Amino acid sequence: MTAKRRRKRKLFSPIYLTLVLIILYLPILMVIIYSFNSGRTIGAWQGFTTSWYTRLFGNALMADALKNSLILAVLSSALAGIIGTLGAIGLTRSHFRSAGLVETVATLPMMIPELVLGMAYLALFTAIGVKLGMGALILTHTTFCIPYVFINVKSRLIGMDPALEEAARDLGASPMRVLRDITLPLIMPSVVSGMMLSAAMSLDDVVISFFVTSAETTTLPLKVYTGLRSGGTPEINALSTLMLGAIFLAVALSQLLRARSDKKLNSAQ
Amino acid sequence: MAHNGDALRRREKRRSILFTLPMALFAALLVALPLIYVLGTSLVESGQDFSLGATFTLENYRRILRADYLLVFLNSLQLAFFTTVISLLIGYPFAYCMARAGRKWRFILMMLVIIPFWTSALVRIYGWKILLQGNGLINTVLKRLGLIETSIKFLGSYGSVLLAMVYCMISFMILPCHSAVDKMDFTLVEAARDLGAPPWRAFLTVTLPLTTPGILAGCVLVFVPCVGIFYLSDIMGGGLMLIGNLIRDQLLKVRDWNFGSALSMVLVLLTAGIYAVYRKCGGKDLGVF
Repeated sequence: MTAKRRRKRKLFSPIYLTLVLIILYLPILMVIIYSFNSGRTIGAWQGFTTSWYTRLFGNALMADALKNSLILAVLSSALAGIIGTLGAIGLTRSHFRSAGLVETVATLPMMIPELVLGMAYLALFTAIGVKLGMGALILTHTTFCIPYVFINVKSRLIGMDPALEEAARDLGASPMRVLRDITLPLIMPSVVSGMMLSAAMSLDDVVISFFVTSAETTTLPLKVYTGLRSGGTPEINALSTLMLGAIFLAVALSQLLRARSDKKLNSAQ
Repeated sequence: MAHNGDALRRREKRRSILFTLPMALFAALLVALPLIYVLGTSLVESGQDFSLGATFTLENYRRILRADYLLVFLNSLQLAFFTTVISLLIGYPFAYCMARAGRKWRFILMMLVIIPFWTSALVRIYGWKILLQGNGLINTVLKRLGLIETSIKFLGSYGSVLLAMVYCMISFMILPCHSAVDKMDFTLVEAARDLGAPPWRAFLTVTLPLTTPGILAGCVLVFVPCVGIFYLSDIMGGGLMLIGNLIRDQLLKVRDWNFGSALSMVLVLLTAGIYAVYRKCGGKDLGVF
């Protein structure tokens, strides 16, 4: 009786998992497949071609958008990496008044709707005369990336054995040395995985960029968005496929790093 | 000695504050200040900027109470609610099966769930558009099977918007539920079973209560972004008016920033309210799963 039931569950589980995963991936697959469709619209399949990719690479506007997106992702994830890590160390290592307030406000961008934040930026920037464009994009992207680094690093710091730092200090290491030789190497994987996620979020952002960008600083997701609103073209499919590839790589890397760091931390303790 | 320790602690505290300073600056200037500015804008008369000379009014908030605007809020909340329920019904069993799968499989499954989670929602919705269009795969298959004769117009229907929402949000449900099931001590379920409880009873009295924190976290993570979403129904072609669309139109079409700000503030309050209730119910930190 139990064995029969167990067999039933053994059968149900993989079928269910596979079914949901197929539904999860089918649309992504469609985007990729249709980027090779020779038809002019996203309609019926009309034959294989790679011409959309060559067209994409020949398009100066697209090249600009790609350049903008990459600069933005690299700079804002690097800034968020530094600021978020410092913040996490500062807030977990010692308590001062207003620490809770700083944490709440800094992680707020994860919780309030992007639309509200986007319009708030546009309103404030216009009012105080901040020029829209790359500078504004970098500042705002850094702001919404900070929570991802901060939370990642904070949870690692809390999970870390305090004995490691204490031992180093007891052996006479200065606080800075403890930070450099013990804390930083142990949290580095979380810092990097937080930055990878930040880069993915930045490469993906439509709403906030929509509000703070200028005509000269279009990003890839904005191109996709405007392309989709006018119905979608195979060129947008090709662009989306490239973005999928980039994000796939970033996620795979960050997961690998995380798995490795878990192993390292476990062996250190 | 005690004096020395005090000095050390003070120095450490100073260092902590120094470390936190850049983040505090970003929080103050790029999170708090813009939100305060929107709050201010929502409290002055239509057409005026938020400044010392502006006329204070609550009119922008009073306008929201009009029946057609209230209906927009109701629409958004209803759609968010349906999305959350469906995500839970599909996502929880998935998370459960995933957590019970072998060690080797679990890592792969995790990757497979996380990858779409981080890829552009726009791009994934676009995929559905291709699938659901008049001569898309789904219509073609249905026609071949002889189930339908003329193409069904999926795009633009309420169902298609709901599908897109669930599709975009379900990872937010799967991840916390998975971590809750994963952390659960399964010997408790076995004990219940050994004592004669049928599977459904063991599930209802052991598994479900033990994984409730994950379910709650998942529901909040799905519900809250749903309320504020604005481009999804646009792309699926639904004429559905949601809070997000209303705010966007106030900003870009009607150009009534004051009313748009008031709407935004209500949206923020709604979001904050949900979080507050969640925290009151003993909810954990969101964000790390």
